[in-house]
Amino acid sequence: MPTARIKTIPVRHCNFEAKVKTAGNGPPLLYLHAAGGPIWDPFVEGLTERYTVYAPHHPGTGETAREAIYAVESLWDLVLIYDEILDALNLNSVPVIGTSFGGMMACELAAHRPERVSKMVVLDPIGLWREDAPVAPYMLVPPEKLVAMLYKHLDSPPVQKALEMPSDPKALALATADLVWALGATGKFVWPIPDKGLKKRLHRVKAPTLIVWGEDDALVSAIYANEFAQRIANSRVEIIKDCGHVPQVERLEILNPMVAGFLNA
Amino acid sequence: MKVTMFHFMPYRDLPEEFPGSLPSAWVDAPWWEYGDANKVTDYYNWSIDELMLAAKLGFDAVGTNEHHQNPYGFMCNPNLFGAILARMTREQGLDQVAILQLGATISSSPPIRLAEEYAVIDCLSGGRLIAGLPTGLGTDVSISNGITPMEHRERWREGIELMLKAWTAKEFFAWNGKYTQLARVNLWPRPVQEPHPPVLIPGAASSSTWDFCHDRDYPYAYLSYFGGKSAHNVMDRFWERAAAKGKDANPYRASFLQIVGVAETDRKAEELYSKHIEYFYHKLLHMPLGYISPPGNTDYRSMLNVFISGKNLLQISDFTTDLKPLKAKDMIEKEFVVIGSPATVRDKLEAMAKRINVGHLMVVLQFGSMSNELTRKNIELFARDVLPHLQKLWEDQNWENHWWPKKLRNRPARQREMATA
Repeated sequence: MPTARIKTIPVRHCNFEAKVKTAGNGPPLLYLHAAGGPIWDPFVEGLTERYTVYAPHHPGTGETAREAIYAVESLWDLVLIYDEILDALNLNSVPVIGTSFGGMMACELAAHRPERVSKMVVLDPIGLWREDAPVAPYMLVPPEKLVAMLYKHLDSPPVQKALEMPSDPKALALATADLVWALGATGKFVWPIPDKGLKKRLHRVKAPTLIVWGEDDALVSAIYANEFAQRIANSRVEIIKDCGHVPQVERLEILNPMVAGFLNA
Repeated sequence: MKVTMFHFMPYRDLPEEFPGSLPSAWVDAPWWEYGDANKVTDYYNWSIDELMLAAKLGFDAVGTNEHHQNPYGFMCNPNLFGAILARMTREQGLDQVAILQLGATISSSPPIRLAEEYAVIDCLSGGRLIAGLPTGLGTDVSISNGITPMEHRERWREGIELMLKAWTAKEFFAWNGKYTQLARVNLWPRPVQEPHPPVLIPGAASSSTWDFCHDRDYPYAYLSYFGGKSAHNVMDRFWERAAAKGKDANPYRASFLQIVGVAETDRKAEELYSKHIEYFYHKLLHMPLGYISPPGNTDYRSMLNVFISGKNLLQISDFTTDLKPLKAKDMIEKEFVVIGSPATVRDKLEAMAKRINVGHLMVVLQFGSMSNELTRKNIELFARDVLPHLQKLWEDQNWENHWWPKKLRNRPARQREMATA
C-alpha cells in the first residue's frame, strides 16, 4: 500500500496554507472531498493503485488551520485557491473526481479553467436547484436523520465502517467538532441553497464528464443527473441502483469499474 | 440591583397536542395551522400593556428582543416595540425607566439601520436606551434570514464596530468592511447619550463572547432558561476569565434572565403557573440543537470546549436536554423557574444573584400561555413584595454601574419615583 503524505502548499490567494494529501503511483488525479471533510476511504485508496492522487483539504478542514476558512470569503476565492494549488503542483491538465460538495467544486474548477481539467467524474454533486426537487437542507438535519438520508442501507458493513467514530471521549469530541466544522466550512459556499450560479457556468466545461448518481439519493435527487448532463456537452450519466448519496461507500464494487473504464477510455 | 421586566411576546394559545410530530416549534410550525392574526392583535397589545404596567410599578427597565418564525416570541424587530415604550413611558411621566433593547440582531440587519433605530429610541426616550447587541440565535440569523452560519459572528463584530463609529464619529467616514461598504457615513439622528448609549452583550455560554466583553469592558447578559443553579459553572468561568484579564468583579458587568411567578403562597403559585411552565418548556422551547447553532455558527474553539467539557460546563445545556419528561414540579425544584410566595421568590433571587454575582436581573413575568390577567397579577405582586427588596441588593457596596444610562444611574427607579411623588 503506498504511503500517503501531506504536502503543504502556501497559496498566495487568501494567504491560505493548503494541505494536500498525496499518495499513489502513476499519472496525477485530483480528488475533491465532500461536505463532511477529507476522508481517505477504500475508493480513494483504490485510486492510488493506478494514480498519484492529490486530495486537497478544504480550507478549515483536515490538516488545514481551522480559522483559515474566515479569509476565504467567496466561491470565487475558493476556485482561485484550487487554481493556485494546481499551479503549485504543476498540474496543467488533470483528471478530477469530486463527490457531493466536491463534485460541485470540480464543476466550478472545470468551468473556470476548462483546459485544466482533462476528465471529470462527479458523484452525486450538489450545485444546481430545481423547485420540484429541492436539495435537502442537510446542514439542518440532526445527525441520526442525516445518516439515514445519506445511505440506502444503513446496516450494510461498508456503511457501518464508514460511520465508525473514535471511542476515546477526547478523540470523539475532536472528531465531532471537526465534522461539524467541515459542514460549516463547506456550507459557507452553499448556504442556504446550493445554487450559486453554477447553472450559468456549466456550459464552459470541456472535459469529458462522467456523472454518477445513486438512484435513491435522498439528499440530492438523481433527477439532477440530467440537469448536469444537459449543461455539460461531453457528458454521460450512470445511475447506480439500490444506492443512496454515497456510491463510493455503498456500491464500491459497481463504481470502481465504472470509473476505471471511463478514465482509461 | 437593576431589575428589568423582559417580554418575549409568545403565542399564548397553542393547542394541547402541540408540537405533536413537528420537528421544531421554530421555523417548522405552520402559521396557517396554528396562527390567528386576530389573537396576535391582542398579544401585541397585551404585551405592551404588561411592560407599561411594570414601568409604572417601579421596574428599572422594560425589555424586548428579536426572534423569527416561531410561537416562542415574534417581535421581529424589537425596535418597533422599543419605540412605542419610549414614547409611552415619556408620555406617562415615567422618565426613570430605561428602555432595554436586548435587542435587534446585528448579523441579520443592516448595522447602519440599527444604529439609526437605536438612536431614534434614545432620542424619543430622552437618553434612556440600553443598546443590546446580540449575536442572535442561529435559527433567526441563518435560517429565518439566510445568513451563512460561518459569517454570523464576523458580521456581528463588524456590525458593532460600524454602529459605534456611526454614533460617535465627528467627521464623514467611509466604511470598507467585509460585509458592509458605505462610501460616506453621516448618521442622522445620533443618540442623546454621550458618547453613546450603554451597550449590553447577550450570550449563551460561548467563551468567545465572554472574551469579547472583557476585552472591551462591555457587560454580558447570560441568557439561559435553566435557572441560577445551572448557571454556576458558566458564570464562574465568566468571572474567572474577567479576573484573568485584570477586570474587577463589579456585579454590574453581568446580567441574568429568570422566569418568575409569584402568588400568595408557594402552593398557590405552583397551581397557578404549572401549566404555563410546561407550555413554555415543552412547546415553545421545542427546538433541535442544529437550529440554535447550525454548523459554522459556533466558532471552533468554543465548540470544542463544549464537546470536551460539555457536561461539566453546562450541566443542563440549552436545548440539548430532553425537557419533555420534566414536569413543572421538577422544573420548579431544579429552579429553572423561580415560583412561589413573595418571600420564597425574594430569597431565591437574592441568593442566586449573590452566588453568580449579577447586578442586573431580567425577569420574565409573562411566559408561555399566561393570560393578560394572570400576568398583571404576577407583575403587581412582584413589584410590591419582591422588587423593592431586590433593588437594594449591591447598594451597600461601592460598585459603580457604568453600564446603565447616566441619568438613571444613581438610585432605583422606585426611589426616584417616590421622591418626586
